[in-house]
Amino acid sequence: MRTIPADIAERFEVGPLVSKRADLSTLDVDAKDVPELLARLRDRHGYRHLSFVTATDQIEEGVFVLTYMLHNHADNHSLGVKCRVGRENAVMESCHLLWEQMWTYQRELKELFGIDFPGSPRVDESFVLEGWIDIPPMRREFDTREYSERTFPTRPGRSTKDPATHMKEKLYPEAL
Amino acid sequence: MFEGVKGFFPPPYDPKEPVDFGSGKFLKMWQGPQHPGITGNMSLELAIAGDTVYDCKTHVGYLHRGFEKLMERRLWMQNFPLVCRIAVPEPDFNEYCYAAAIEELAGVEVPEKAKWLRNLTLEMIRLASYLMWIGGQAGAFGHGTIIQWSATMRDYVLDLFEELSGGRIYHMYIIPGGVRSDLPEGWKAHALEVMDTIEKNLDDIELVMFHNAVFKLRAKGLGVIPKDWIDRYGITGPNARAAGFRRDLRKDQPYLVYDKLDFDYVTAEGSDAYDRAKVRLGEMYQAIDLIRQMLARMPSGGEFKTALPNPLHWKIPAGETYVKSECTRGEYGFYVVSDGSDKPRRVVVRGPSYTHAVSVMETLAKGQNIADVAGLMVSLHTYPPEIER
Repeated sequence: MRTIPADIAERFEVGPLVSKRADLSTLDVDAKDVPELLARLRDRHGYRHLSFVTATDQIEEGVFVLTYMLHNHADNHSLGVKCRVGRENAVMESCHLLWEQMWTYQRELKELFGIDFPGSPRVDESFVLEGWIDIPPMRREFDTREYSERTFPTRPGRSTKDPATHMKEKLYPEAL
Repeated sequence: MFEGVKGFFPPPYDPKEPVDFGSGKFLKMWQGPQHPGITGNMSLELAIAGDTVYDCKTHVGYLHRGFEKLMERRLWMQNFPLVCRIAVPEPDFNEYCYAAAIEELAGVEVPEKAKWLRNLTLEMIRLASYLMWIGGQAGAFGHGTIIQWSATMRDYVLDLFEELSGGRIYHMYIIPGGVRSDLPEGWKAHALEVMDTIEKNLDDIELVMFHNAVFKLRAKGLGVIPKDWIDRYGITGPNARAAGFRRDLRKDQPYLVYDKLDFDYVTAEGSDAYDRAKVRLGEMYQAIDLIRQMLARMPSGGEFKTALPNPLHWKIPAGETYVKSECTRGEYGFYVVSDGSDKPRRVVVRGPSYTHAVSVMETLAKGQNIADVAGLMVSLHTYPPEIER
């Protein structure tokens, strides 16, 4: 049974360590504590590998849940550090000094969710959506179908025909 | 002393020199998205002076299809035709990770036979993907023969997939609860025959490519990844193992039936393009060996799938999980969040190229000769759709 290390429990207000599997747990923390907590987990507790950073839009609660998935190679355990950031004017402290690939994740989150990371390198450069002017598309309120119908007009000449009627017209026009 | 001509030659590479296009010394050059020396649909924005790369920026998004967003709008089972398309060379890792995540959240048990069949397909696609890669790696150094051999060998593996699943590229063979079918009659014998053919061809490839003076001269010392970068940049897979790291999810956190198979880490010490290629070649032989082991030890009978609820009304209990596997490029995982409904709340694909093709590539390219950029990128084995998914 894994427990929260004493130094982390003392220094930070953290939720319970939720065990998903023997090799996977998650930990809820306050957003303001994330950079220091990640640094401590990396330097003192062996979680040196950053697997990914992502956000889940909990629109009903008005928050984004940010997940930083870390991995400890020594004891083969992954730990998802989760924090909540308000959806309105979403801003999170940048952690790009901890891992070299972190700024790319932050750049992606800025583009796709609209979460800003002030000070993160190239955070305002487009990542996959060059020239995008709509709302960040990974937000739940972004409707892909509505966007598609609004942006791309239906091409004429693509209407379908009822196969039975069409064949009758072709083969037996006199019968109609 | 006559010194006039020296002015035509670029000065030695100085990594601290700022790139100023107004100076007339630098030239911006795009490698990709349509370029034989690029892996997939991405591009590198290079700043060069003479033959030397001073700056590199990776651009992705040319093949962005919004998989993660699309998955939020579809039923759990409807996403199966989508997930395999995230990685053309190795769709089965997507199928496995997505299926395993659903099974974990829904508490679905997978029959033993299905685990063996899943494991078999994962090693087959590993071999097929490496065969595709080795052709690209050789081609990047001007070695056009290898791709002709390896593409043929890959096609033999795809033949096996076609017999097994009906599909050559996208198989949709691994489904929640198991796999779609058992091995067809006579398939085992055919598979063993194909493994013998590929093994013999790999011997030829090793001889022609790895003992080739040009390949050695160009790949040795190219793109050396220092050991302290492995954790700093989140490098996994053969790129980490070529730096001497004994890390392989198949050994460290065995899934499916890897704990019942005999194999070891394939590592090297040089951490350059040549050693990365040697590691991958070693893992191709290893994949053949694992396929033979599985065909010999796999239970002949038994169920290959578990009955599932009606997929049109299947609600997965609320929760979250992260399932990962060792693909040819490293850690490949699916982070899945369910809100208890019939559609995923969030699906995140973690591909190793995310760091290999962006942070690592952008750093390693600086100071390289422009002619080596393609070889360097292929040696990192990058694949853009898993970045822009």
